[in-house]
Amino acid sequence: MHEHDVVVVGAGGAGLRAAIAAQEEGADVAIVSKLHPVRSHTGAAEGGINAALRDADSWEDHAYDTMKGSDYLGDAPAVEALCKESPEEVIQLEHWGMPFSREDDGRVSQRPFGGLSFPRTTYAGAETGHQMLHTMYEQVVKRGITVYDEWHVMDLVVTDEPNPADRTCHGVVAYDIQRGEVSGFEARQGVILATGGMGQVFDHTTNAVANTGDGVAMAYRAGVPMEDMEFIQFHPTTLPSTGVLISEGVRGEGGILYNSEGERFMFEHGYANNDGELASRDVVSRAELTEVNEGRGIEDEYVHLDMRHLGEERILDRLENILHLAEDFEGADGLTEPMPVKPGQHYAMGGIETNEHGETAIEGLYAAGECACASVHGSNRLGGNALPELIVFGKRAGHHAAGRDLGEAAIPTGKTGEWEPADYEFDVSVGEVGSRGPAAADGGAVATDAKPLLESAVERARDRVETLLSRRGRNHAEIRSQVQETMTAHVNVFREREGLQTALEDLREARQAYQDVAVSDPSRTFNTDLIHTMETRNILDIAEALTMGALAREEFRGAHWRKERQERDDENWLKHTLVSWNDGEPELWYKPAILEGESRTYEPKVRSY
Amino acid sequence: MSTQIPKQTEKTEETEHEGPSQGDVRRSEKRRRAAERREQRQAEEAERAKTDDDTVEFRVFRYDPEVEGKQEPRFDTFYVPFTKGMTVLDALIYARDTYDSSLTFRHSCRQAVCGSDAMFVNGGQKLACKTQVSDLEAPVRIEPLPHADVTKDLVVDMEHFYDQMEAVEPYFDTDEYPDGELEEQRQTRANREKIKMSTRCIWCGACMSSCNVAAGDNEYLGPAAINKAYRFAMDEREGADRKQERLEIIEQEHGVWRCQTQFSCTEVCPKDIPLTEHIQELKREAVKNNLKFW
Repeated sequence: MHEHDVVVVGAGGAGLRAAIAAQEEGADVAIVSKLHPVRSHTGAAEGGINAALRDADSWEDHAYDTMKGSDYLGDAPAVEALCKESPEEVIQLEHWGMPFSREDDGRVSQRPFGGLSFPRTTYAGAETGHQMLHTMYEQVVKRGITVYDEWHVMDLVVTDEPNPADRTCHGVVAYDIQRGEVSGFEARQGVILATGGMGQVFDHTTNAVANTGDGVAMAYRAGVPMEDMEFIQFHPTTLPSTGVLISEGVRGEGGILYNSEGERFMFEHGYANNDGELASRDVVSRAELTEVNEGRGIEDEYVHLDMRHLGEERILDRLENILHLAEDFEGADGLTEPMPVKPGQHYAMGGIETNEHGETAIEGLYAAGECACASVHGSNRLGGNALPELIVFGKRAGHHAAGRDLGEAAIPTGKTGEWEPADYEFDVSVGEVGSRGPAAADGGAVATDAKPLLESAVERARDRVETLLSRRGRNHAEIRSQVQETMTAHVNVFREREGLQTALEDLREARQAYQDVAVSDPSRTFNTDLIHTMETRNILDIAEALTMGALAREEFRGAHWRKERQERDDENWLKHTLVSWNDGEPELWYKPAILEGESRTYEPKVRSY
Repeated sequence: MSTQIPKQTEKTEETEHEGPSQGDVRRSEKRRRAAERREQRQAEEAERAKTDDDTVEFRVFRYDPEVEGKQEPRFDTFYVPFTKGMTVLDALIYARDTYDSSLTFRHSCRQAVCGSDAMFVNGGQKLACKTQVSDLEAPVRIEPLPHADVTKDLVVDMEHFYDQMEAVEPYFDTDEYPDGELEEQRQTRANREKIKMSTRCIWCGACMSSCNVAAGDNEYLGPAAINKAYRFAMDEREGADRKQERLEIIEQEHGVWRCQTQFSCTEVCPKDIPLTEHIQELKREAVKNNLKFW
């Protein structure tokens, strides 16, 4: 058994920033991560970090752009926190030595990004995430923060009161991948989930193989609702064969999209008459797929992104990494030919419901970064807003968990504020298959003390590992690919009722198949078969909640498009989707979006670019 | 070059006298059946491969310290249908998900930035995810990184590598910040350019594995750690005093002077970092520095 004040799960940008903040506040912190920190997927972020650094810019403008980009589903208190604090966090990174791209006067460079009214995206070439991740890990090393790397967190340790709002989180249970042992980690002050994205729910994604949404699924099963899961960002420029990301920075620097007729379709077909290629990501993704669907795609699959006219010098200076990616993963030379691109799953706007301090509905449980939903992105994230989210909310969660008073939060969590049940009947059954799963903690009658709770949670986790290792059954890989295929076929950029229902049916089948899953590698040493099998359970829970939310939301908002109603419906849908696990019987409900900021209200306007 | 298997320590666990438990029996039965299935599928693929030009043969190193039949290292053969653009990582994933789910290797981002999947492919250190199968001669031989202890199959113990990286105080460190609120430190474009390549390191360990000096001297800092030291020593934002301290670290007995400029690290670096040049430049800096102080 390990004991710390604060336990951070995940070691990407949000996790590292949270750990540093908690330690600054005097806490004994440990990071538990299934990957060594430098392997985290923050390292793959390319484009940049939005921050209103200059006199001609303001955090208010950044907040306005972000609310508009979110299609008015962002919560203003979270959005304003992001935009106000991003500048100091960016300067903090610079003071930690991050090698930003520079202007002639030696100051940090900024470039235009989609949906922004000012060129406020700071960057380090087209490898901003790599530089940010390594810079922060260096600071973690400097501070001597304990890191348990290659430990897979299996579950949270939470008390088992009937109402999730009364529960407390006391730690986590984790599996040591190298040695094959299960251990408990008591967190005296708090657990911060920073597990990143869930792109592996889809089969064409820019996300890493490790991005299986573990934190989201474990918080969900412990009683924290998932929020706005149907809002998935499909990035318009990913390489067709692998899903590798080609940064928005290419378009920010002046890259142009062409269809098979050589038309600059963003303008010529009227998708975004003002901003063209630099319209919001959802707009560009839909435009590309429409081109392909109407027969103007190349090889019926993709469009071309051309940056040749920028010239070799500028490309090498600002986008060099893109040349390597296009060459290595698509065999295209960006200096002499256009690069093939198509939309791919990129980012989950939704996630673990939190307020602007990173707190969830369960006491002692926090979430920050992509796994969390505060919400700063609403129904669509702007490019360059993910990295500041990691550092701003990682810092806030770290400080709060370690005891700093951040004042009263304006965003309610759980069913503590205004809420309404969903008026929607699903034709397919959802949730736990067969008998109901154990309650969140299931520690018996005296499930409030940390130690006995941890011990019984460790026992349960050991049993689960033993069962998976010893029984006969089917391999998880097939189930995982079925989920990924149905999600990409039916819960993609364009969505309609029938397809979404098919997906829900397929997911039910996958859940049933998963009942018989087993691990064929009997080894206690680095058993990736076992880890992947446990991850697949998380993928199933997330895919289901996501599809439920998508099916019920009959409107078109941000990244969520519905054939049945191709317009935004503020009268009925200016609200967040929440799905609660309810110990195995998922419940769909809603809470209003908060459009009132500190000193202004963000009135919904038509979102055109 | 050699692949290092950790010394076998006889397991002296207290075993129960009644013989194997039910669980053990079940597990061993399960292993046997899984092995049968695997062999059958591989035999089928091998049969198909004879008539099919589009199937590539892979010989993959296997070892598991605790699984019967894998304690003695061996090579397994997998036949993988070739698809355009297939990387070594794609082939391994196919083999794992199709034939043998116990085939073990680290991987995550699939785009050469997480640095998890450096391995020894046809006799060279490569990142599996950015190595095209079409560029390799078949049969493709895949082994774990040489000069590191093998944990299992293609997974090696990275602890020593991490220890060396951390030995050079790999973090930006200065107390002198600009006065104004929200003021960044100034850095010239030229200085950023100077350190740019050194900041691209993804800690994959390919360079360390390729280095003959590191193979013979376990305490040698190695190319990646020295490159990390270079990244900070050359960063004008840190100041002269800190640079002096950094040069002292890399000048120690197992530091830069051990490098014999064989360029093997530079050749294998998947991020094209001129590692040997960086080491040479630090040697020159160290000499200049000593002249100044003595």
